[in-house]
Amino acid sequence: MGQLFNLQFLTGHIHYLLFIILMMTGLFIVVDKTNLVKKIIGLNIFQASVFMFYVSIGKVTGGTAPIFPMDDKYHVDKEALQGIVYSNPLPHVLILTAIVVGIATTSLGLALIIRIRESFNTIDEEDILNIEQEMTRDDNNKHRDVAEGLT
Amino acid sequence: MIDTLTNTVLFVMLVLTALAIVRMERLFAVVMLSSVFSLLSALLFVTLDAVDVAFTEAAVGAGISTVLMLGTIALTKPTAKRSRHTAFVPLIVVCVTGAALVYGTLDMPAFGAYDAPAQMHVGPDYLARTPDDIDVPNVVTAILGSYRGYDTLGETAVVFTAGIGVLLLLSGLRRRREDEDEEV
Amino acid sequence: MIFHHLILRVVTKLLVGTIILFALYVQFHGDFSPGGGFQAGVIMAVAFILYGIVFSLESVKKVFPEWLVHKILALGVLIYACTGIATMLLGYDFLDYDAFAPLHPTHGQHWGLLAIEFGVGVTVTGVMVAIYYAFAGRPPSLPDEDW
Repeated sequence: MGQLFNLQFLTGHIHYLLFIILMMTGLFIVVDKTNLVKKIIGLNIFQASVFMFYVSIGKVTGGTAPIFPMDDKYHVDKEALQGIVYSNPLPHVLILTAIVVGIATTSLGLALIIRIRESFNTIDEEDILNIEQEMTRDDNNKHRDVAEGLT
Repeated sequence: MIDTLTNTVLFVMLVLTALAIVRMERLFAVVMLSSVFSLLSALLFVTLDAVDVAFTEAAVGAGISTVLMLGTIALTKPTAKRSRHTAFVPLIVVCVTGAALVYGTLDMPAFGAYDAPAQMHVGPDYLARTPDDIDVPNVVTAILGSYRGYDTLGETAVVFTAGIGVLLLLSGLRRRREDEDEEV
Repeated sequence: MIFHHLILRVVTKLLVGTIILFALYVQFHGDFSPGGGFQAGVIMAVAFILYGIVFSLESVKKVFPEWLVHKILALGVLIYACTGIATMLLGYDFLDYDAFAPLHPTHGQHWGLLAIEFGVGVTVTGVMVAIYYAFAGRPPSLPDEDW
C-alpha cells in the first residue's frame, strides 16, 4: 500500500480514481432515486464513465488522434507517417458503436417508462410498488371469496 | 502533466454536474444538466485522442437523447418526488463497490503507458497495416468497417432491433388492430 | 396558423438544409476525417427532428412519411448484409471488400467501406426518426404552462 503515496504512481492512476467517482455517482442515482426518468439518467452517467474508462486505456502519452496524414492524391502519406505516435484506435471503435447502441437502448427504456405511466399513472417506483401490492391483495381476496363460495 | 491538469479540471466539472443531477428535483433541469454532462464528456474524449467518439457523443448525447428525455417528460410528469427512505443504505452500497473498483485499478498499468498490455497486440497491428491494406487516413473507419466489419454489422442490427422495440411499445400497431375489430 | 416563434421558424428553415448537407459530408468524408455512418445518421435525423419540433409533427411527416421511415430502418441493415453476401458471391470471404477490385485491393476496400457506412447511416437515420415519431405521436399529458 506504500506505493499509494508515490507521486508518479498517483499521477498515473488518478484518472482511474476519477472515473470510479463518476461511475459511483451514477450508481448512487440508480440505487437511491425512485423516479424512473432519473434512474435512466443515472444509468447514462454510469455508461458514460465506463466509456471514458475504456477510451482512456487506449491513450498513449504524447500520442495523437489516429488519423494519418494524406498526400495530394488522398492516399496515406507513408513517409510523413514515420515517427508519429498514435493512440490505440481499437477502444475508439468499440465505444463509438456502443454510444449509438446506448442511445437506442435508452430510448427503449424511456418507451417502457411511458407505458408504465399509462398503466399506473405514476413514474415513481415506490408508488408503483404500492399499487401492485394493492392489486395483489385485491386478487387474493377475490380468489378467497370464490374458494369460500365453492366449499 | 498539463494533460493531467486539463483532464482533472474537466473531471471536476463532470462530477459537479453529476452531483447537481443527484440534487435536482425538476426533471427539466435534470435533462438539461445531462446534456451539459454529455458535452463535457465529449471534451474529455477529445483530450483522450478519441475524436470520433467525441463527435458521436456530442451528436447523440447533446442532440437526440435530450429530445427523447424531454419527450418522455412531456408524456409523464415534470417533477420527481423526494424519496421517503434515507440515503444511508445506497451510500454504503456505492462506497463498498467504489472501494472494490479502486482496489482493482491498483494493479493496472499507469495512464498513457506505451507498454501497457492494450498497446501490445492488435491495436498497433491495425495502425501498421492500415496504410497498405486499406489506405484510408482515418484508422477508426478502417477498423470499424473492414477489420471488424462483423462487429459493426451486429451493432447495426442491435440499433435496428431497439428501434423496432420502441415502435412495438409506442406506435399505433395495437390501435390499428382494435380498429379492425370494430369493423368486424 | 400560428404566427409566434417567427425567428425560430426562419432560422430553422435556413438551418435544416445546412444540417443535411453537413450530415452528407460526415457520411462520405468519414474515411478521411472523423465521422462515418453512425454520426451522419444521427445528424441527418436531427435535421428532421428540428423541423418537427419547430413546425409540427404533421408537416415533417409530409416530408418524410412514416411508412418510408419504417422501410428505411430495415433497408440499412439489408444494404450492409447484402454487401457481405455480394463479396461471398464474388468468391471472397463475408465482408472481405478486396472482392470489389481484385487487381487493386485498396480500391475495393474503399468501395466496401462506402457501401457499409451508407447502410449504417441509413439505419441510424431511420431508427432515430422512427423513435422521435413514436414519442411525439403520443398525446402529451403535460399542459404547456407546467414547464
